[in-house]
Formats: sequence, C-alpha cells, structure tokens
Amino acid sequence: MERIYLDHAATTPVDPRVVEAMIPYFTANFGNPSSIYQEGQRAKRAIEESREKVAELLGAADAREIVFTGGGSEADNLAITGVARAYREKGNHIITSAIEHHAVLETCKDLEKHGFTVTYLPVDEYGLVDPEAVREAITGQTILISVMHANNEVGTIQPIAEISKIAHEKGVLFHTDAVQTVGSIPLDLKELGVDLLSLSAHKFYGPKGAGALYVKRGTRLRRLIHGGAQERRLRAGTENVAGIVGLTKALELAVAGLDKTVPHLVELRDYFIKELLARVDHVKLNGHPTKRLPGNISVSFEFVEGESILLNLDRKGIAASSGSACTSGSLDPSHVLLAMGISHETAHGSLRLTLGKENTKEQLDYVLGVLEETVTRLREISPLYQRQIS
Amino acid sequence: MYTEAVMDHFFNPRNAGELADADGVGEAGNPVCGDIMRIYLKIEDDKIVDIKFKTFGCGAAIATSSILTELVKGKSIAEAEKITNRAVAEALGGLPPQKMHCSNLAADAFHKALAAYRQNQSKSAPAVG
Repeated sequence: MERIYLDHAATTPVDPRVVEAMIPYFTANFGNPSSIYQEGQRAKRAIEESREKVAELLGAADAREIVFTGGGSEADNLAITGVARAYREKGNHIITSAIEHHAVLETCKDLEKHGFTVTYLPVDEYGLVDPEAVREAITGQTILISVMHANNEVGTIQPIAEISKIAHEKGVLFHTDAVQTVGSIPLDLKELGVDLLSLSAHKFYGPKGAGALYVKRGTRLRRLIHGGAQERRLRAGTENVAGIVGLTKALELAVAGLDKTVPHLVELRDYFIKELLARVDHVKLNGHPTKRLPGNISVSFEFVEGESILLNLDRKGIAASSGSACTSGSLDPSHVLLAMGISHETAHGSLRLTLGKENTKEQLDYVLGVLEETVTRLREISPLYQRQIS
Repeated sequence: MYTEAVMDHFFNPRNAGELADADGVGEAGNPVCGDIMRIYLKIEDDKIVDIKFKTFGCGAAIATSSILTELVKGKSIAEAEKITNRAVAEALGGLPPQKMHCSNLAADAFHKALAAYRQNQSKSAPAVG
C-alpha cells in the first residue's frame, strides 16, 4: 500500500539532493575541522561557507551570528539558559507563552529551580499571544522574552515583529523558536528583529541532529557544552560537518521553493479543512483560520479519541499525529489545546495533519474518505456520541 | 506498541453496541481522562446471556472492552464476577505499561453493571418474611 505521510511537523524525509551534498563529508572530506592539515581545512571551509549561506538566507547581518547546534531543542536550550546565565546580574525574570514547545517550557521550568521567575503568558482561543500582555508582563527584572514563531501543534503564527519591538523598547532580549517556520514560510531576520532564533534542519527536508541558533551581534550567551573552542566557544564538540552541510543545502532548496510550496500547501490545507467540516459533524478547527502555517491542519472530533483515529489511519496507510493524552505519553492531553481553552474531552479527540510538498489533492481526497468512515465507526461505539444525539 | 490480540479486538470489536432491555448497565472512566466504558448486561437464571459495550477511548480501551465481553459471555455470575482488569490485560497478551491504569477499566465497568443488576433485583424482588 502506498503510504501517505501527513506528519511533516514531526519530521520530513531528507531531500535526495541534500543527501548527495552530505555524502562527501562522511567520506572524502571526513577530516576534523579543528585539524590544520588539508582534510581538516576542507571540512572547516565547508562549515564556514555553510555559515555564510545560512546567514544570507535568513537575512542575518553577519555569518558569525549563526551558531550550529545539534538541533532545535538544543538551540532553544542554549538561547534561554545561555541568556539567563549571562544576564543573571541584570535580572532573573523570563517571559514566555503557555503554548511553547517543551524544549522552551522545560528549560524555563529548570531555570525556576535556579532562582529565576517565569511568566507563562496565556493565549486566546486561536493560540495567539497578545503583544500588549507581553508589554504588561515586563518588569525591571525581565532579561528575556521567548515566544515561538509558529506553533507546532495548531500552526498559529505569532506577531513576532510586534512583540520583538515591544521587548526592545523595554531593553529586553527576545528569542523566537522558529523551528516550524524556517524553510516553511518566508522569513527575514531584519523584519522580525529578534535577538535569537532557533531552527532545525529535519523540519525542512534536511537531516536530523542538525540545527542552528541565530545570535544577534552583541548578545551575550553562556555556553552549555564545555570542552572545545568550536562555534566561537559557544558549543564545544567536533562539528557535525555533514549535518551542517545538509542543513544548509536543505535551507537553500526550501527557501528557493517557497514561491511554489506555500501557495500549494495553503490551497491543499484550505480545501481539506473545508471538505472535512462539510462532511463530518461535530468537528472543529483548532488554531487560527488564516494566521496559520501553510501545511497545518489541526482539528478536534468530538466523542472520539485521537489514538483510535491514528490507529485506523495507519492501517489505511496514513501517518498523522494527535494531541490526545494517549499519544502525548502523559495523562493529560496537549498543553497547547488546553491553553487555548479547549476542554479535555475535545482535546482527546484532536488530530493533526501536517502537509508537505510531495502531498497531492488525490491523497487528501482518500484521507477525507478514510477519516469520515473512521470517525463514523468510532462514534457508533462511543457512549458520548449516543448521549449527544439522544 | 500493541499486541496482535489488541489490534484484532480494536479493529474488529466483539459485542459492540447496546442492549435496550438491559438488566444492568455499568460505566467506568471519565471523559477528562479520555476513556469511558459502558457495559450492558442481559441476565437469565444467574447467567450472562448477552453483553454489549460502548467505549470512548484509545485502542487499549476499546480492545479491553471487547475481550471482556467475550470472557464473561455465557458464564454464570459467580464465575464471571471473578474477572479482574489484570486478567483482561493478560487475555490480550499484555498492554503497554502506561495503558494499564487509564485504559484498562473494562472489568470495573462490568462489576458496576453486575452491581446495578443486583440493585434492580432487590428492588423488584418480593419482600421476604
């Protein structure tokens, strides 16, 4: 059976052109970039060329503002803990939102154990942070604000430039987790105006284990990993040369393809949502209707549970994701859906489909049919649905 | 993550539905946790002659409900009421650890249905003495 992959927010397949670009750095150019002989220097050059390319693609002022990391989570950890430790004498207050990725939330929780206080800003029913609430939360102790560019579960895109402006008016540093947006929507660091930005290669058809943190010049940061002078002393450890080359190639391809992929995905997304809402009753779109990642479809089906839907989809060849407790590995459903005011019951019935450039309308028509049938069947045996209709 | 038996019962649930003239109905779980199981019993001569279930929940919740109905159907009350959540999980070849508590409540729902049956009986039975 042909598999239909609809979980691109989780990860993406590596583009064959990216694999091709990476291969020489496993074999011919295997040298350690810190070595002075040719093999090492070739690897070193590949990293520095990558740094320049990434800086250019993101609109950074200087290649030295790009720090390669082992992925998006590491970039988030480095940004938040790095700033917190470097600016400890200035203050101990951090502002973030309730719907951040766990890489941000758990880093903040950890800092709370070490003398920092954290404000977790609420979001509205669409998952939007109110920039004015950010302004009001800033105190004399605030050293960092971290708000994600777009949410990984519901796809809501935040007013980052606006929040960034408020942060700077108050002299506070601003970080954004852009793991879901880099390579997915047009993005320019000059327009966003952020001080720090995290990205991850495997979200845009690059390899896993490769990410980067943009650090605006003049921003101080304390490193997390000790033991070497790599990445301007901000991240010790022999560089993942092939990963860095792969990240760069993937970003280049993604940015060059945005003109095509964005309208394609928006069209598929809006078609699917419209059809689904017309064909299935008691289903609700999660997130913002328009301020939304091009490939994100997040819905909640009432009276059925998400894992049950996923098992049925998987059997019919479809890979997707849910925010139900059963799939989150905890007893609670998605913190994002709950923060948006969605009830536990409804959050358990959530389904996330995240589209990629290889998906087609024909595939989505098939998924619509499977989904309609699955939800109908599960509702037939659900005691909640019976209650609702009786 | 799930055994073949779980997948079989999940995709082909046995005795799904409800009994309009049930002698006892029991429910376990709650929607906040994401699992609700309801069991309907038909009892004649102290024997479970029919049983149906309705479940809102994950794969494990639906599979445990389904196999429970098979395990107790046709048995005497005395025999059937020995069933435990653990025995239900074992009959499925085991469940992932995180599912043992939240999604393995079918036996609880069954015991509640039996209790409801007994309560109905005591109400309708003629007073003795």
